[in-house]
Amino acid sequence: MTVRVQTEDFDLGLEISQLRMARKDTGAVVSFVGQVRDLNDGDTVSQLTLEHYPGMTERSLSLIIGQAKSRWDIFDALIIHRVGTLQPTDQIVLVAVSGAHRGEAFKACEFIMDYLKTEAPFWKKEVTQSGEHWVEAKQTDDAARERWTIGHESIE
Amino acid sequence: MKIKLFYFARLKETLKYSTEDLDLPADVVTILKLKAFLAKRGDVWGEMLMGKLKVRAAINHELVDDKATIADGDEVAFFPPVTGG
Repeated sequence: MTVRVQTEDFDLGLEISQLRMARKDTGAVVSFVGQVRDLNDGDTVSQLTLEHYPGMTERSLSLIIGQAKSRWDIFDALIIHRVGTLQPTDQIVLVAVSGAHRGEAFKACEFIMDYLKTEAPFWKKEVTQSGEHWVEAKQTDDAARERWTIGHESIE
Repeated sequence: MKIKLFYFARLKETLKYSTEDLDLPADVVTILKLKAFLAKRGDVWGEMLMGKLKVRAAINHELVDDKATIADGDEVAFFPPVTGG
């Protein structure tokens, strides 16, 4: 398992190829890349700053991967999350999961992303035409996470 | 009881504190009691910690609720709901 919190950009191709080549019985690598949008709640976004809680962030992301590994038959998982100042179209997050088959890898990747959105201590501040403001948490993100708890213990 | 406190995002900005070391009175033993204790510092503290805004807490890097117990040497943090990803 790999968890990285960094200001630098990442190379999707390189990261995926490392996951692919780590085991010759790998049959699937599923990945998600999140990118900074120039629009949020109808306002034009020119810049985004990400703050996090060093130490807790890494712990939280590792716990989420651990939970995914215990629920699905996957080989490995990678999370890279950027912090600092970002511009529209910048890559912000990468989640990648390898496994023998696609089904488990798809589910684990979505699970990791849904939990990351609601549990990992990151906060976004946007610069828009109307000024600077903190991004509000979305209930739809909580709902997305709740889908995974039906019949399962919460990871908190 | 001595603890280390951290504030993040909107809380850090509004309270103008990112971290502080506190020696708590003996009766401040839960997250809720700590919030109430800090709220006594004045308007903006009450607004941020006991007001309408949702505040999440962590003890030693683990998300906890208001009932969670604080122990000597703990690292406690207050922050808004998270918005990463």
